[in-house]
Amino acid sequence: MNAPDQYSKPAVIVHWMIAILVLVALSLGYYMTDLSLSPRKLQLISWHKWIGFTVLLLFIPRLIVRLTRPVPAPVDTMPGWQRAVASITHVVLYVLIIAVPLTGWLMSSAKGFPVVYLGLVPLPDLVGKDEALGDLLKSAHEVLTSGLLILVGLHIAAALKHHVIDRDETLVRMVPLLKR
Amino acid sequence: MNSKRLLAAALVSLVLPLAGTGAYAAQPAGTFDQVLPAKNRIDFVFKQMNVPVKGYFKKANVDLVFDPAAPAKTTVRLDLDLGSVDAGSADANSEVVGKPWFDLKTFPTATFVSSSVKPLGGDRYEMTGKLTIKGKTRDVTTPVTVTQNGNTAAFDGGFTLKRLEFAIGDGSWSDTSIVADEVKVSFHVEAERRAAK
Ligand code: HEM
Repeated sequence: MNAPDQYSKPAVIVHWMIAILVLVALSLGYYMTDLSLSPRKLQLISWHKWIGFTVLLLFIPRLIVRLTRPVPAPVDTMPGWQRAVASITHVVLYVLIIAVPLTGWLMSSAKGFPVVYLGLVPLPDLVGKDEALGDLLKSAHEVLTSGLLILVGLHIAAALKHHVIDRDETLVRMVPLLKR
Repeated sequence: MNSKRLLAAALVSLVLPLAGTGAYAAQPAGTFDQVLPAKNRIDFVFKQMNVPVKGYFKKANVDLVFDPAAPAKTTVRLDLDLGSVDAGSADANSEVVGKPWFDLKTFPTATFVSSSVKPLGGDRYEMTGKLTIKGKTRDVTTPVTVTQNGNTAAFDGGFTLKRLEFAIGDGSWSDTSIVADEVKVSFHVEAERRAAK
């Protein structure tokens, strides 16, 4: 199969939808946990859950696109170690994009709060109410989230380095608007 | 009316009360008034951003006098220790005793005192009474199902109250799009018959 020099349109769309939602979920997550209990906090926690669950939903088309559409090869100028780091980062990002919302949902079930998506669709409880398990899952959600934050940072830094320092096509392939 | 019919009617009127007392004999007569406090349960469910959250009270004191032969004479009194609440999470438990919610320092107990009990047929009854929470009294009506098992009877029922009628969740919490006004309450009480005198 001939590797294209662009990401397909569906790949670009679903990448940016997930990117924006993950950034919003991250900021909302860190912001809301520091608030003391208030109606506002309950509202933000619900929004956080809905956004996170949307990421989980979007992962399905993302995976389909990834498996069915050819992906452009890394630019020729990239050294081997960078290719290796890039592909490891991408795999771990995929894993965390599932694991983070999934532990959030599990935590919510274990703490005895069912998730009602958008306030309309009750989602099944993944586990029964269990205080200790809830605390464990909360730590898991926090640790995985920190991992996600670090990798997203690395991912963004690398993309910008390609664009600004190496001046290659890496970022442009995912942001067709930047085409020079 | 011919004589055959008359005879049949006479027989039926003779046998029916007997059948009645027969059924009655299987279920010993007597008043239930020895409440088994360890079996008392007061549960509630409220909705938070449309998410059902379950809670319950660990301590409820119930006095009850129920004679199946004279249900209208039933009396029920509940003293509910509001401090024994579990509102679903540690966060909620520390919040709910505060001034906007139960205001526990001023109003440590909620009470319910029955005013009338009406049989609905079978083992179902309708109880009306006065519920007082946070110094506010409202009439509530609830169905009650009585399940007799030898010398014990279980009383089960439930009703919906509006928390804002009792000023539960004042101030910013009165926004019912976050925490709904309706709270579903259900109860389970068991009592034994009075010891024969
Ligand atoms: C892309 C998806 C998600 C991201 C990036 C994310 C991120 C975060 C972050 C950064 C925090 C704060 C952690 C801390 O205190 O250190 C958090 C907390 C939380 N998240 Fe998520 N989350 C996501 C999905 C979900 C989902 C789907 C749910 C539930 C259905 C969820 C439920 C929660 C809850 C309940 C908390 C608060 C924990 C507490 O303080 O008790 N999250 N999340």
